[in-house]
Amino acid sequence: MTSYLDSTAIVGIGQTEFSKNSGRSELQLAAEASLAAIEDAGLSPAEIDGMVTFTLDSNDELDLALCLGVPALRWTARAPFGGAGACATVQMAAAAVASGAANAVLVYRAFNERSGFRFGQPGAYLPPGPDHHVAFGLDTPAKIYAMWYQRYMYKYGVTNEDLGRYVVVAREHAATNPAAWFYERPITLEQHQHSRWIVEPILRLLDCCQESDGGVAMIVTSAERARDLRQGGVRIKAATQAHLKDGRIMFDYYRPNLDDYEEVQHNTQQMWRATGLTPNDIDVALIYENFSPIVLMALEGHGFCKPGEAKDFIKDGHIRLGGKLPVNTNGGLLGEGYIHGMNNILEGVRQVRGSAANQVAGAENVLVSASRSTLILGNL
Amino acid sequence: MRDDDFFWEGLNHGRLLFQQCAECDTLRHPAAPMCSQCQSLQWRPHAASGAGTVCAWIESRHPTRDDAHPRIVGLIDLPEGVRLVSNLRDIALSEVREGLPVEVFFEEIDGRVLHQFRPARGV
Repeated sequence: MTSYLDSTAIVGIGQTEFSKNSGRSELQLAAEASLAAIEDAGLSPAEIDGMVTFTLDSNDELDLALCLGVPALRWTARAPFGGAGACATVQMAAAAVASGAANAVLVYRAFNERSGFRFGQPGAYLPPGPDHHVAFGLDTPAKIYAMWYQRYMYKYGVTNEDLGRYVVVAREHAATNPAAWFYERPITLEQHQHSRWIVEPILRLLDCCQESDGGVAMIVTSAERARDLRQGGVRIKAATQAHLKDGRIMFDYYRPNLDDYEEVQHNTQQMWRATGLTPNDIDVALIYENFSPIVLMALEGHGFCKPGEAKDFIKDGHIRLGGKLPVNTNGGLLGEGYIHGMNNILEGVRQVRGSAANQVAGAENVLVSASRSTLILGNL
Repeated sequence: MRDDDFFWEGLNHGRLLFQQCAECDTLRHPAAPMCSQCQSLQWRPHAASGAGTVCAWIESRHPTRDDAHPRIVGLIDLPEGVRLVSNLRDIALSEVREGLPVEVFFEEIDGRVLHQFRPARGV
């Protein structure tokens, strides 16, 4: 069974440091990360003929092309929905390569999300005029998302301490990843439980992802070409999006059933269908977590455990290194950094290459989960 | 011109209004220009009874300012079949329960009349 993207691969990755104050422009971060990815692939900028990023990225394609000396682009696309669309960027790049619209697509995301525009500040999302959410006090992502986490936690009796057990693992993984902001800074469950409430009774400070400055980039080309390149390639086995009727981004309150993560379930069905794989075939999962509860919801939505059982799955040690399904081996967005989920894709590439700081021995199939978009990476 | 102008104008007059499709009678919220069931562009305002039940809730506090006034924000399911975000008033955070019957009232907050909900009388 092969998906329509199976003939494509990620052949280069690049990143800047992840910090709280990069001291340089977002365009410079994008250019540095992009050049590193191109060099990692063993390509020259002249061979790049496509670019993909987020609709939210401030870096203009032509500005970046000028920095890199890219002579001509034949394909550009931007993925909507912020971090939820992280894996959609790879789907767009791979679709361009598979269709022949482009030969080598540069995927990038770079921002000063701590020293510049901070997503987490009250009112960052204030729309013009009256609105149905911010006016009632939903003025930060923590509050906005906590509203639907509350449904899940209430239904399955998930406590904040249960969330803390995930956070301890994420920070454990970050502690041994030199690229992580929280390198060598693990936490205990007690420290988690003593961090202050951000949204009572759902989220404490340590349940929230970081705000980070940094840039990441990768190169997508054909699997056939990948064989001749410096790093070989990591095959894009499947890349999917799911955007369902009644769903909304961030303020996702209007679906009849708020208890289940329907977008994740939908993506999962598409992925298994496209690849013939099952949850048992996945060696590492990298799960987008703006906040800790989403990891539990995604573990269940992807079918790694039954509804309501993710808290026990985590408690039993299955998501740690050496466990049944190591999760967020880079430390995730809580531990490594928040480059809008794109840094998790780079970690997926490293796991398949066998070059991750916290390498899972023999990792063959890696799932990258970004809520409304997902990716399975594997060997060529 | 916004699709939800009628909603805010309704609040100014103490009425909680939703769009009801003129073709298939389906109610919708938040406002949209077209019925997702039958694609009709024709609609009429439908006044809610004012009753509802609590679906989900959180406390909204300023993340760093301790003296800022906290609010309970809730998802309210209305018997008409729509759901909306509002504030829960006259109740402590620890007293809120799923399915708690509530009723609407209207209050000017930060210069704008908003719908608010409190425990239904007799509960």
